[in-house]
Amino acid sequence: MLSESGHPPMTAQRYSLLSLLREGIGGHRGWQPAWRNAEPKQAYDAVVIGGGGHGCATAYYLAKEHGLTNVAVLEKGWLGGGNAARNTTIIRSNYLYDASAAIYDHAMQLWRNLGRELNFNIMMSHRGVMNLAHDDGEARQLKRRVEANRLNGVDAEWLDARQVKDFCPPINISDNVRYPVIGATLQRSGGVNRHDAVVWGYARAASGLGVDIVQNCEVLGIDVAGGAVTAVRTTRGTIKTPKVASVTAGHTSVIASMVDLRLPIVSHPLQALVSEPVKPILPCVVMSNAVHAYCSQSDKGELVIGAGIDLHQSYTQRGGFHVIEEEIAALLELFPQFSRMKLMRHWAGTVDICPDASPIISKTPLRGFYINGGWGTGGWKATPGSGHVFADLVANDAPNEIAAPYTLERFTTGKLVAEHGAAAVAH
Amino acid sequence: MFRITCPYCGPREPTEFTNGGEAHISRPQHPEQLSDAEWAEFVFMRSNTKGVFAERWCHSGGCRKWFNALRDTATDEILAVYRVGEDRPWTDRA
Repeated sequence: MLSESGHPPMTAQRYSLLSLLREGIGGHRGWQPAWRNAEPKQAYDAVVIGGGGHGCATAYYLAKEHGLTNVAVLEKGWLGGGNAARNTTIIRSNYLYDASAAIYDHAMQLWRNLGRELNFNIMMSHRGVMNLAHDDGEARQLKRRVEANRLNGVDAEWLDARQVKDFCPPINISDNVRYPVIGATLQRSGGVNRHDAVVWGYARAASGLGVDIVQNCEVLGIDVAGGAVTAVRTTRGTIKTPKVASVTAGHTSVIASMVDLRLPIVSHPLQALVSEPVKPILPCVVMSNAVHAYCSQSDKGELVIGAGIDLHQSYTQRGGFHVIEEEIAALLELFPQFSRMKLMRHWAGTVDICPDASPIISKTPLRGFYINGGWGTGGWKATPGSGHVFADLVANDAPNEIAAPYTLERFTTGKLVAEHGAAAVAH
Repeated sequence: MFRITCPYCGPREPTEFTNGGEAHISRPQHPEQLSDAEWAEFVFMRSNTKGVFAERWCHSGGCRKWFNALRDTATDEILAVYRVGEDRPWTDRA
């Protein structure tokens, strides 16, 4: 049987203990590719630009929830090779404002069951996320956030310094440092997961529903007629479509400029690093707004460390040494025992920062052109929620309740969702 | 990262400078006449160019003067620096 896209839906090879045993006995010769590496067709009902987490999630929910299976995901490089591969995979939803709590907690609820739903081990670990406070003002602000979170049904609690030490034994809570730890918020449902697995899991599930995953296909232009999108021009030919959904993170402005749409986004480098692998030492995610550090330990044993953004605009995927120098200095005050560890890898992603530190999930003045971007430094945690509400917007041509505050018009009306400072610095 | 040449002091480390974002955005001549959309354009909308980009820098750890630079944001190569009030230099690159 052919799906609407003309391709046979891939016989879904379910992953299970049984299939692992069967393949183990059979010499692992029966594994199939997780998704079809599709050739682009000449026309689709909708085209998603960007094969990262958000893009693949959007395609998956378009197919699953809205029956839109004649869909292509166009990725200019390889699947999940952009910011999906470059973030520090921290999951949390403890944002201050109602609109933010709604979308990030929507994502959190989807994360809980995502591995099972996609039949793909996304290595979701709800190990808890702590946001540290280093002075009275910050403690007051974070306590306010705990209360706001609770009112929105987001799990949150306040820990004093002693409780911080109990929850995270390696942390230094000495008074005798520049920025002493005086307490922290804790979201126990927060944690980390596996970036590749999330993108692959969504791509596999979408592909299984008939979506074409097209790699090495860069969008060069967008054709418009009568105020509506008609086609995208790519390095692999022109593809006709009435709906284009841009989910390109740092390159959102570049795609928007193809249709002369101006956005309030500025793209910056955001750097991250990993250490050599060591035995388990860090049991949770630790974030600090004031000293600009965030850190977790991967299942491989590497410390995964994030920095703040470089303050200049750039698409280079590299940043300044002084930024990571400050970052490491801050981390070593929190964890002096890490001082002799070697760093193994260091990289940067290009993050799309909005003036109010909230995303744009919006229709545009051009019919059939939809934008999902501006997630800045904190898009990963929102991946399932973002894809879910964006698919809804693209399918119905109207935002649902969760997406509604994130229109492009908010920069004209002034109804911003100002999460700068309200959330922790590292989203 | 990149070294920046202050037009007043010469080449210096990047840590001496503060980035001021996109250059040549003028304050509205008649702010009282601006529509909400025009305010949004002035306050929020940015070109976010991938390629040659005119931006402001302040030599905050040195002479503390503001100046402009042309930088390719795809490579971080600085093509020109020029003083406030001077025209954007011509380049043959997009």
